Amino acid sequence: MELTTPLNDEDIKKLHAGDKVYLNGTIYTARDAAHARLIDLIDKGEKLPIPIKGQVIYYVGPAPAKPGHVIGSAGPTTSYRMDDFTPALIKLGLKGMIGKGARSQGVKDSIVEYKAVYFAAVGGAAALISQSIKKAQVIAYPELGPEAIRRLEVESFPLIVINDIYGSNLYNDGVAEYNQFEI
Amino acid sequence: MYFLIASKFISNEKVIFMREIKCLEITEAVADLVKDTNYHLPEDVMEAIRLGKEKEKSPVGKEIFRQILENNKIAGEKEMPICQDTGLVVIFLEIGNQVFIDGDIYQAINDGVRKGYKDGYLRKSVVEGPFNRINTADNTPAVIHTKIVSGKKLKITVAPKGGGSENMSIVKMLKPSDGIEGVKNLVLKTVQEAGANPCPPIIVGIGVGGSFEKAALLAKEALMRPLDDSNTDSTIAILEQDILEDINRLGIGPQGLGGTQTALAVKINTFPCHIASLPVAININCHVARHNEIVL
Repeated sequence: MELTTPLNDEDIKKLHAGDKVYLNGTIYTARDAAHARLIDLIDKGEKLPIPIKGQVIYYVGPAPAKPGHVIGSAGPTTSYRMDDFTPALIKLGLKGMIGKGARSQGVKDSIVEYKAVYFAAVGGAAALISQSIKKAQVIAYPELGPEAIRRLEVESFPLIVINDIYGSNLYNDGVAEYNQFEI
Repeated sequence: MYFLIASKFISNEKVIFMREIKCLEITEAVADLVKDTNYHLPEDVMEAIRLGKEKEKSPVGKEIFRQILENNKIAGEKEMPICQDTGLVVIFLEIGNQVFIDGDIYQAINDGVRKGYKDGYLRKSVVEGPFNRINTADNTPAVIHTKIVSGKKLKITVAPKGGGSENMSIVKMLKPSDGIEGVKNLVLKTVQEAGANPCPPIIVGIGVGGSFEKAALLAKEALMRPLDDSNTDSTIAILEQDILEDINRLGIGPQGLGGTQTALAVKINTFPCHIASLPVAININCHVARHNEIVL
């Protein structure tokens, strides 16, 4: 299905683990270093450099854009490294996260409690994904290089729902279907 | 270019011809290699991905394989990195004992990494300190492993390694009595716990034997082997096949979404070890299994 940011509770209720989603609109990039800074600002009660309510954060550190390109290759990074930071952002109204790999129980609980969604993009399909990114602009922490916060405009960004508000987890369900071996 | 080392420096007065390789030539070669390997996968890896797509039973898994193949085609045609994580550069050097290098080879290599990552629009993914986390902004330094071999050639293998799969790798000192079953069990548990994190379909490099650090190096070297080779030791060749089959029965599948093709290959390199020890290292690589080499 097609989905356009910002997301509200009605959008989130429609999503179930395993759904294929094509995402459109504005999303923000942040990974390890940027998350640490955002949480530091929240702890100090200071203003964040990006809007959070209804927004989607993409865990990515893109490659530099070649001349004439909007952005370089831009696939997802592994999400668990953001797990300690994520519940605080969801509590502030963050609606979606895009990454790869399983989340902590704390993140999954926050997704259910505050109505959010965790999507996976295909790790290593970074050149393909970059074709869905139509605009990119660094808006905070340029000194972090690939870890700076960027505002992206995306069109038909191909995603799959991993964790939904109903407590389903595609990583568990998908693997259970094909598991033939207990260690 | 060959030249004479003055005989007065040679204790037994023998005349020895050395082959000179210039640092500049090494820098250029490394710059070209890092770019090329980030844009194009080796043919054996591409073939393993194509085969994986045929064998995959899950429709979602097949679709992931299709996207990976399309991605790799776009990256090659547009000369852009296959993955945005263009890695920490690992380099294996085999330096012939009759090679004379006209300067600091490590500096020459890092100059090549710097040039290749800048000119090739590759991501700079290295921080100068494990705690200060300040990006070095040029992807240096590379991790360089050096071996002296006989001859007049210099072989440079470059293997940029992404963080996602490297983070899922381990070294464990098993007991000799743990044996083959102990190694198998450790590999399966490691792959299962890694799940979707290292971007399956993965390639598993395993080092068994040696010392603590030798096992890790064996595992990394195992990842440099062609995916379609077979181990010269028949016991180990069978073990590689057994572990591959068991991993693929775990059901993790492409991107951890469920399926029959979790790993494309398992490669095991071994070395003699202490009577008390059974060191095992497991180095996981993602499907973007980059490595490339040149012989100067």
